[in-house]
Amino acid sequence: MPSRVLILFAHPALQKSRVHRVLANAATALTGVTFHDLYERYPDFFIDVKAEQALLLEHDAVIFQHPFYWYSAPALVKEWQDHVLQYGFAYGEGGTALRGKITFSVLTTGGSEESYRADAADRFTVRQLLAPFEQTARQCGMDYLPPCVFHGTDGLDDAGLAAIAKEYVQLISALRDSTLDRAAARNGERLNADLARVITNGSPA
Amino acid sequence: MNDSFLFQAFIYLLAAVIAVPIAKRLGLGSVLGYLLAGVAIGPFALNLAGGAKDVMHFAEFGVVMMLFLIGLELRPALLWRMRGPILGMGGLQMLGTSVAVLVIALVAGRPWRESLAVGLIVAMSSTAIILQSLAEKNLLKTRGGQSCFSVLLFQDIAVIPLLALLPLLAMNGGSTQAAEHLTKPLAHLPQWAQALATFGAVAIIILGGRFLLRPVFRFIAGTRLREAFTAATLLLVIGIALLMEFVGLSAALGTFLAGVVLSDSEYRHEIETDLEPFKGLLLGLFFLSVGSGIDFALVGKHPGLVALLVAGLVLVKFAVLVPVARIFRSDWGESLLFALAMAQGGEFCFVLFTFSESHGVLGPEVTKPLTAAVALSMAIAPLLFLLYEKVVAPRLARKKNTREPDEIEDHDHPVILAGFGRFGHVIGRLLRANGFGVTVLDNDAEQVELLGKFGMQSFYGDASRLDLLRAAGAEKARLFVLAIDDEERSLDIVRTVLHEFPHLRILARAVSRQHAYELFRLGVHDVYRETLGSAIELGVTALRALGMRGVDALRATRIFKQHDEAAVRDMAGLGEIDSAYVTRARQHIENLERILRSDRFEAKDPTGNQWSPDSRKDGE
Repeated sequence: MPSRVLILFAHPALQKSRVHRVLANAATALTGVTFHDLYERYPDFFIDVKAEQALLLEHDAVIFQHPFYWYSAPALVKEWQDHVLQYGFAYGEGGTALRGKITFSVLTTGGSEESYRADAADRFTVRQLLAPFEQTARQCGMDYLPPCVFHGTDGLDDAGLAAIAKEYVQLISALRDSTLDRAAARNGERLNADLARVITNGSPA
Repeated sequence: MNDSFLFQAFIYLLAAVIAVPIAKRLGLGSVLGYLLAGVAIGPFALNLAGGAKDVMHFAEFGVVMMLFLIGLELRPALLWRMRGPILGMGGLQMLGTSVAVLVIALVAGRPWRESLAVGLIVAMSSTAIILQSLAEKNLLKTRGGQSCFSVLLFQDIAVIPLLALLPLLAMNGGSTQAAEHLTKPLAHLPQWAQALATFGAVAIIILGGRFLLRPVFRFIAGTRLREAFTAATLLLVIGIALLMEFVGLSAALGTFLAGVVLSDSEYRHEIETDLEPFKGLLLGLFFLSVGSGIDFALVGKHPGLVALLVAGLVLVKFAVLVPVARIFRSDWGESLLFALAMAQGGEFCFVLFTFSESHGVLGPEVTKPLTAAVALSMAIAPLLFLLYEKVVAPRLARKKNTREPDEIEDHDHPVILAGFGRFGHVIGRLLRANGFGVTVLDNDAEQVELLGKFGMQSFYGDASRLDLLRAAGAEKARLFVLAIDDEERSLDIVRTVLHEFPHLRILARAVSRQHAYELFRLGVHDVYRETLGSAIELGVTALRALGMRGVDALRATRIFKQHDEAAVRDMAGLGEIDSAYVTRARQHIENLERILRSDRFEAKDPTGNQWSPDSRKDGE
């Protein structure tokens, strides 16, 4: 059975981001994938909690796609978490709505992968910096996978852009078609470091 | 009784009301309907119409109005861009037709003066028939239609020198002097004074249109009397026509000029809608009188001669028109439309024949059959349009799929904003500041004038009128913002827009709760109660002044607004205020209070982690 994929997209200045526009367009074009643009839906940060929870219940995988602002997500993602992941829904007594759902982040960074290391400028790997997301997912009983990170997106040419869009589509399609090897994917710093390793050929994992 | 005004009006109107819808139904077009009705009531059929000559003279004023309205649509810049086709195509057409007729007449053994006069006169085509038919068939904005318009404009201008030149072709002295006075009241003045008067009249029209008409129209519109405004527009057109006749220029040309001058005025749409019915009726009357004026006695006496003249007229004109259009780089379709549309005699022919006869240029033995032939060719004109529509156009459509896009006029804005008062102007400014074009309609003349000074293009007029909406570009727009404060009119407009322009998304201002209900019931989805927004803003400040934190106050009012809007939507289905309504309203209020309390005070997270703002306890 195919997985129903929900992409929670958060970008407060999309007109300035060629990369996210391309990624968003690629994702929107996929069938069986719900693309939910949070900054379009909630420009005033007044989140419709009931509607968001209903949306989560309708899907098997929840992806956060956003730029890596200050080593984290834009503010609306946090606002979304704070309001939607309620006691009794996402965690605590009776809070089992998200149990078993796959979740991971899809990020872009202007800088190179090399700078996200203990001995480099950014001092942590992206996965380390995303610890709050990982722990929140665990607290909600979700199946957390390492982030899909597109590094070095500053000054990417058209060919490079097309390449990462293709990678993104491959990954989401595999997730949708259940050909993503969860066990293999769980380890590692970056989901898209080697797609061949985490996507099985044809047979659902 | 046959001569009483009311009886005559009754006959003409009855003929029009019967014949025109039938002709339209049969796909013949209204012009042919009028012409046939005219024949029917004319002296050779039912013989009900009296004084066709007088009627025609009166009805020619419809042509004057039509040119005024056309001028309104033409901005000076656009007219300037058309100078090439007007002078080039128009001049070539006149020259070609005159020469062709001249040669044929000479070959037939007629004297050269007479031949030249006839050639010049029959080069004229019928502005009334052509423009009316083109507009009716939506061809006016096509390239072929524009060519017709250019040439017709040239012919209109050419009438003036023709009136001066024709007497020179007189074979004997004739009664030149008397007729001169008839057409030119200033003829006794020296040449320089006449020229000065002509320039003066044109200057009056241009300067008056620029500087005087605006304040006058504003003053009249300020009285909010519709008929006063209509009277003023009629007065304007008639006044200009008189002025033009006084200095010996064509009235049609003068009003056309006035129209062009007024084309960028904010009253344009309103003037258009006011004059439209007058123009339509007068033109109809004109066509009727052409029909009833056809001299069938003469046709009966010399059927062969008249048939030859009609056929010759149409064929010669057609043969000249096609190459003219081709020389000016029209494709075959455009050229055929142009040639078929223009291949007939026009109303100016009647005027010029009469004029020539009185000047001794042409004898009655020449003008009588030619007048009948011109009238018959005008009756044939709608049939030639049919020929284009049924035979030529379908073939062309099959041949090529890529047609040039229609020329987009000035108002292809995505937004039409009706009502530019306290409410609407905020929206207008916001949209415009973000680079979206807005066409504004308002029926407060002072407001329109004031905003014009700040560079906001807005039009004076009543947005509940379909023709005005159409003129404002409702067919091409995407959004219709309804910001007027009159409930009844607002609902009228909504009905019209929903019915005629279903593609438009309506964003409506509701003046009251009841008004909001009505709007929802009509099917408008985006309804905004005019005071809700600012009341809620004030409410936020009030809550904060009472000690609530900003974030709580804002959240509480958001919930309040969301709930209240849902309640209004729900209540809209209930109709009149009765007990069921009151009960439901109470329920909504209670629900709302409960929701707001629980949102603020109910703790939902006994684990003590307090990860959600929705989970915090009061006082923590």
